[in-house]
Amino acid sequence: MDTIASVLSVSLYEGLVFGLVTIGVYLTFRFLTFPDLSVDSTFTLGGAIAGVLIVNGVNPFVATLGAFAGGLCAGLVTGFLNTELRISALLAGILMMVGLYSVNLRIMGGANVPLLREVNSFDVVAGLLGLGGGMVSSIIFVALVVLVFFLILNWFLRTEIGLALRATGDSEQMVRSLGTDTNKTVLLGCALSNGLVALAGALVAQNQGFSDVGMGIGMIVMGLAAVIIGEGLFHPKGIAPILLACLGGTFVYRLFLTIALRLGMPPGDLKLVTALLVIVVLAIPYVQKRLRHEWMPPAQRL
Amino acid sequence: MDATENNIVLQLRKVRKIFARDSVDKIIALNGVDLDVYDRDFVTVIGSNGAGKSTLLNIVAGVFPPERGGMVIIKGHDVTNLPEHKRAAYVGRVWQEPAVGTAGKLTIEENLCLALLRKHPRGLSSAIDKQRRQQFREQLASLGLGLEDRLNTPVKNLSGGQRQALALVMATIGNPAILLLDEHVATLDPRTAQTVLQLTAEIVHREQMAAIMVTHNMEVALRYGKRLVMMHKGRIVVDIGETDKKALTVTDLIAAFEQAAGEKFLDDTILLSSQE
Ligand SMILES: Nc1ncnc2c1ncn2[C@@H]1O[C@H](COP(=O)(O)OP(=O)(O)OP(=O)(O)O)[C@@H](O)[C@H]1O
Ligand SMILES: [Mg+2]
Repeated sequence: MDTIASVLSVSLYEGLVFGLVTIGVYLTFRFLTFPDLSVDSTFTLGGAIAGVLIVNGVNPFVATLGAFAGGLCAGLVTGFLNTELRISALLAGILMMVGLYSVNLRIMGGANVPLLREVNSFDVVAGLLGLGGGMVSSIIFVALVVLVFFLILNWFLRTEIGLALRATGDSEQMVRSLGTDTNKTVLLGCALSNGLVALAGALVAQNQGFSDVGMGIGMIVMGLAAVIIGEGLFHPKGIAPILLACLGGTFVYRLFLTIALRLGMPPGDLKLVTALLVIVVLAIPYVQKRLRHEWMPPAQRL
Repeated sequence: MDATENNIVLQLRKVRKIFARDSVDKIIALNGVDLDVYDRDFVTVIGSNGAGKSTLLNIVAGVFPPERGGMVIIKGHDVTNLPEHKRAAYVGRVWQEPAVGTAGKLTIEENLCLALLRKHPRGLSSAIDKQRRQQFREQLASLGLGLEDRLNTPVKNLSGGQRQALALVMATIGNPAILLLDEHVATLDPRTAQTVLQLTAEIVHREQMAAIMVTHNMEVALRYGKRLVMMHKGRIVVDIGETDKKALTVTDLIAAFEQAAGEKFLDDTILLSSQE
């Protein structure tokens, strides 16, 4: 029983905190059709900024917001490369991923920043809740953060600007012809996306007690996997369902990984678990249709 | 055409457009186009592949500017250097592909809402409200396609004809000065194409707007619109007004073309296509 409870609580915590990454990935990949691969590095950027600020005595909540702002700026640069310098989205993301690696090292002044001796925002929240430093208070804190951003996005994406942003990936030509500068919606979407990713990085760094230059590795794969799992399992229609599907997809994904680890699978095999999970979720609709003898168009190659 | 200055909707002056300027395949897509479109003018444009029809519409819409020296004036405003998104108040557009003119993942009402805002800056107020929804319902009801009951349907679930009809409503909502149609029924089956063309004529008439409709079909060009323009190699070679157009036949059109272009009419893609 205890192991089940601990597996579920770990997955819940991770589902929430990495759910922010998934929502960020959804914003660019789905709403903008902008495959932004800089996510791995912006996640680390968030951890780096928050870590360094905290070590230098900045209030941990301010440091977390600083990480969010840093992510916004990184996203603006990625968007700028694409909209103003006409570099393809894929390449713009890759360039940012590579370039930010060095920036992150510079910010941290080394490969990592230990935070164990600092008071971080999780400690503050645990203190306020009178809960000590346990998993429960961590879950409550990230749940609150996620709730705030859920509410903001659920409102924003329904506004006139949000609507134009969501239409941009569908038909940029139409959005422009109806009076929206799509360069601006792309910039805004990239900024928001990377802000969320960096925020997640800042939270993860504080909870694990250190920032590390490699902490973002695999985030883009995780985000994409979680988007695909969320869509495959929940078929969301509407803004709130989409945001919830991102969180749900992340939870299911982390649940599988946690179970695999607990079953004694070596960490090196987890990438294979990820790949198999995504393959299964992607193949389900096709297999279902085959069983019903329905036709399905061939897959896209780009 | 007894036009005074103030009922001219669109003026093109010395419009040229060159693609791939520095390569050996330099293309002169538009080679000095002058065109005046008047209030309530419905111009059909015909011409062979590569004649410059789509380029002309792109210049009017502001997708790219003309070469230096060219001018685009809409309702008296010089918009030559205004980018596309700043011309939305003036120009409504429907493309050949339904997927270009409508956003598939958004619902019908969300698509209409984007179009409704063409003259206003987008803000942070809620995109859809009761009043707008009612307006959309009325607008769609006039199409007679039953779309008014499907406001929350994602547009990708509509048929090609329904999507083009919606694109038409979107292109005319919010009263742009001129409607640009680029072979907008070309991907539809003949019957649906007829329906959408009929709708087009009705909407243009009802909204009392100027329109330019590119088509590959001579019969369509003759049957619809008040005025017919034929393009050839980046120029307007034939321009026939309302009175003459009524009596015009396909044979007349070919003769007019041959006389103006100074060469034999060889394009069977136009001649033979009795349907889009
Ligand atoms: N963006 C572009 N880049 C390079 N060349 C272009 C571009 N757009 C058009 N052209 C060229 O300009 C010429 C005119 O093209 P345009 O699309 O205006 O023709 P059209 O009359 O619309 O033809 P169609 O009936 O085939 O649609 C063609 O030779 C085309 O290859
Ligand atoms: Mg064309």
